[in-house]
Amino acid sequence: MTAMIELANAEKTFTMHLQGGVELPVVRGVSFHADPGECVVLSGPSGAGKSSILKMIFGNYRCDSGRIGIRHHGKVVDLATAEPRQVLSIRRSTIGYVSQFLRAVPRVATIDVVAEPLIVNGVAREEARERAGKLLRRLNIPERLWTLPPSTFSGGEQQRVNIARGFISDLPILLLDEPTASLDAANRAVVVELIAEKKTKGVAMVAIVHDDEIRHLIADRIVDVTSFAAAA
Amino acid sequence: MSELSSLDNDQPLLVAEGLAKNYGRLPACRDVSFALYPGEVLAIVGESGSGKSTLLQLLSAQLAPSAGRVSYRMRDGVLRDLAELGEAERRFLFRTDWGFVHQDPAQGLRMGVSAGANVGERLMAVGWNHYGRIRDTASTWLDRVEIDVGRIDDAPKTYSGGMRQRLQIARNLVTEPRLVFMDEPTGGLDVSVQARLLDLMRNLVSELGLAAIVVTHDLAVARLLSHRVMVMKGGRVIETGLTDQVLDDPREPYTQLLVSSILPP
Repeated sequence: MTAMIELANAEKTFTMHLQGGVELPVVRGVSFHADPGECVVLSGPSGAGKSSILKMIFGNYRCDSGRIGIRHHGKVVDLATAEPRQVLSIRRSTIGYVSQFLRAVPRVATIDVVAEPLIVNGVAREEARERAGKLLRRLNIPERLWTLPPSTFSGGEQQRVNIARGFISDLPILLLDEPTASLDAANRAVVVELIAEKKTKGVAMVAIVHDDEIRHLIADRIVDVTSFAAAA
Repeated sequence: MSELSSLDNDQPLLVAEGLAKNYGRLPACRDVSFALYPGEVLAIVGESGSGKSTLLQLLSAQLAPSAGRVSYRMRDGVLRDLAELGEAERRFLFRTDWGFVHQDPAQGLRMGVSAGANVGERLMAVGWNHYGRIRDTASTWLDRVEIDVGRIDDAPKTYSGGMRQRLQIARNLVTEPRLVFMDEPTGGLDVSVQARLLDLMRNLVSELGLAAIVVTHDLAVARLLSHRVMVMKGGRVIETGLTDQVLDDPREPYTQLLVSSILPP
């Protein structure tokens, strides 16, 4: 395959042992792919399992059956059966994930939170911070905030820090979970621009966006998640 | 977690196979097997009495197993059974290649001698004998763990709990170990002091490419520090995997109970 991501019949069920072992089917038969330079948008109502699918592709949720093929260092790895060490390696050099909320480490300065993914991949600290600064400026985070930990920021500011952290790296796959949810029009436009730049660099993306206008601007293909609904 | 470059290394640093320990007829630890790789941080979680501290003692050769074995890759690259090491090799591990951070700093420090001597002692044990160099290195390490170098001549009994714990970490890391065992390293500290210590440990572990095995009952500590987690109950490992996977998508009833028992802040 030339696809960066290829899911085939992926399936996920939660078993809630504390609620008497209730089975909560989430998705079943999830099959789609994403090519380099393409942004696939998952659509469907809340609760249809869109975020769960992203989390499965990131290895954050386990996949009960089926296959999640990820092109990693030129070879296809099945994330559904990969060893923890392989998943960590894939997260370091192949898949980035922009979640809705920033999980900030206490005491770490904003600029370092953003620069960290580059430093992990061997970019010199100074260069990484310079690139982090550029991105923060584009996302309208004022320079006087850069040395502060983001935990004290507003929700929208934290989300922009999170976006900067997600977009700074040169990873070939990006997963975007509502990257524009609490942003104003100016910052939404910046995110749309960033996504377009990633496409020209051949990055494969899978995104969740509720805003119809944004979806229209970024989507190359739409995958309807309701067809994967497991709760029949 | 950051800087996982050494994770690409394909040779395990420590291997446990079928480890078990019985106290009389009481099994404290049963059939534990896993491999730890260089630069990898493994958290062992579970409640009091789950066997996690016993397991840590087995892994660090402080306790002999009733069955099974632990092997460690020595600096010459050869994987050796810990039970078969000679006295000199054991000493090398305890004094140089391993660190052990105790929950109670009084167990890991000499409370009556100066902070500088506490750090310098590990260096002298491996043959350093130049007083000036030992003192310089000790100062550097106090600074790295955010202890005012002006306090170098004070004994840890005059330090706060958080400072003692940071001093214990400096004492352990000064010999550049490859593996550090930690037993509830943030237990008994105030929450604000915990956060500072965790951040410090997280940075040091990634900067030095250390492998670590951390026993904790605090899932937040596991999430912040570890790549992988093992959940223990009744002396057995009942669930294991990537830390965020086990905590966000727990599979076993007991793990679900642990995760759901965290009070939101």
